[in-house]
Amino acid sequence: MLELKHLEFRAPSTDGNGTEIIHDLSLRLASGRFTVITGPNGGGKSTLAKLIMGIERPTAGKILFDGQDITDLPVPERAKLGIGYAFQQPPRFKGLTVRRLLSLAHGSELPEDECCTYLTRVGLCSADYLNREVDASLSGGEVKRIEIATLMARNLRLAIYDEPEAGIDLWSFAMLVKSFRAMSDRQHESTLVISHQERIMQLADDILVVADGKIREMGPREQIFPHLLSQIDTGCSLRRTVGKEEA
Amino acid sequence: MANINQTDRSLLEAVADLHQVPEGAYNIRKNGQGLARHSTANIDIVQKTDKPGIDIRVKPGTQHESIHIPVILTESGLSDMVYNDFYIGEGADVLIIAGCGIHNCGDQRSQHDGIHSFHLARGARIRYVEKHYGEGNGSGERILNPRTIIEMEENSVCEMETVQIRGVDSTRRETEAHLAAGARLILTERLLTEGTQTAESDVSISLDGADAVTQIVSRSIARGHSLQVFHPVVIGNAPCRAHVQCDSMIMDTASIRSIPEIRANHSDAQLIHEAAIGKINSDQIVKLMTFGMSEEEAEAVIVENFLR
Repeated sequence: MLELKHLEFRAPSTDGNGTEIIHDLSLRLASGRFTVITGPNGGGKSTLAKLIMGIERPTAGKILFDGQDITDLPVPERAKLGIGYAFQQPPRFKGLTVRRLLSLAHGSELPEDECCTYLTRVGLCSADYLNREVDASLSGGEVKRIEIATLMARNLRLAIYDEPEAGIDLWSFAMLVKSFRAMSDRQHESTLVISHQERIMQLADDILVVADGKIREMGPREQIFPHLLSQIDTGCSLRRTVGKEEA
Repeated sequence: MANINQTDRSLLEAVADLHQVPEGAYNIRKNGQGLARHSTANIDIVQKTDKPGIDIRVKPGTQHESIHIPVILTESGLSDMVYNDFYIGEGADVLIIAGCGIHNCGDQRSQHDGIHSFHLARGARIRYVEKHYGEGNGSGERILNPRTIIEMEENSVCEMETVQIRGVDSTRRETEAHLAAGARLILTERLLTEGTQTAESDVSISLDGADAVTQIVSRSIARGHSLQVFHPVVIGNAPCRAHVQCDSMIMDTASIRSIPEIRANHSDAQLIHEAAIGKINSDQIVKLMTFGMSEEEAEAVIVENFLR
């Protein structure tokens, strides 16, 4: 359903040449798969997600969604095609209640019980949160969980979660893993999760390792996961491996 | 209601949510003249004899009645000055809906200056909602200068909400309150200016009795080349509590000044002021765009909810 062809992204730099973040990256994601993208920090994972959502535009290459070239399609148009993205660091909104935000995500006014279901799935006691504002009064972990709930409130063809585990305490994390498992079964057609968490990787159909702006490996979980564990003692060792290959 | 045309109707709807004759007491003023008035058994509305305006007297113990006092201006070049005095009896609890709508299609300025004074007896409680609204495509300015004076006796409660969203070219609001022991005042102000509009708000609240409490929440958005100035002053003369929160969103080439002042004349006065001015951040816009909204729609949602 999603195809990236020779994707390249350079961020503006002072010397005018730009810093390369994504380098000649090509991949195909089949429909109905739960894919986890992992790899060291700074390797280009979030940029890749933003390129798919249209928040960043590639400097070269093509993005195809169900065969349609969406490379130049603006963010709202991609949203209408059924692509959604949960931010790694979600913004806060003064005056906007949790219930209203979920309704905006859903596209129409959500009944209270549905809002509650989504909030419960991300480990929030819904009665306490429905009418709270998504502002600085909420903790980082709370905002993050609400962000995840905004994606759960939509029926997406492709849902992208950027490090959903970041800032979430252990107890809620267990809840979250459970929700992701349930979601992978029914909610979205395809799910793409950027994660460093073993327990989320274990849910994956496929695992994609991105480092230094390139795909290091990609394949079914059974194939990638076992030797990934032996490789990722630290993010550095993986980086070193990639570095060696380049040299 | 007699003598009410379509323009009047839409203005009344905008400022007072009035679709028909209101229940309870009311006084509707149009172009400097009384248009309709109704007193009830507990609420007496009487025209002043020495100057323009009305006296509104609410009997002690009156419960859950409402008073509508909208003012509309539809003639260009009219300058209206009005004095309204509210006397709320002991233990009464009423809702007051005020508001001023100006429809100016001409090229001369239309101005409404209102001086409202509230006298809340012991244990009285009011909720006062005031909307300002301007429309009309004439070049004449639409000017509103409200002055509000609130005298609060022991344990009285006043919740005051003022809203001015678009349409008013120039406004200078002055609010003054004196709180006796145990009185509580909650002021909520919402404002949106655009074009070359200017809005100034001076608030002065004296907490004179023990356990007097006030909370001021001001939310505003300045767009275009508009100018806003806030100057809330809270004075603690007794063991009391105050929380002032001014939050502004700035856009385009607008300008906002927020001048907080808290003054304690008693060592048990707890006064807090928070003020912030900032623009809409791009992440907020992008987040809403990932829901399928255009940039303009996203901005409108952010603005609307900020002022909700």
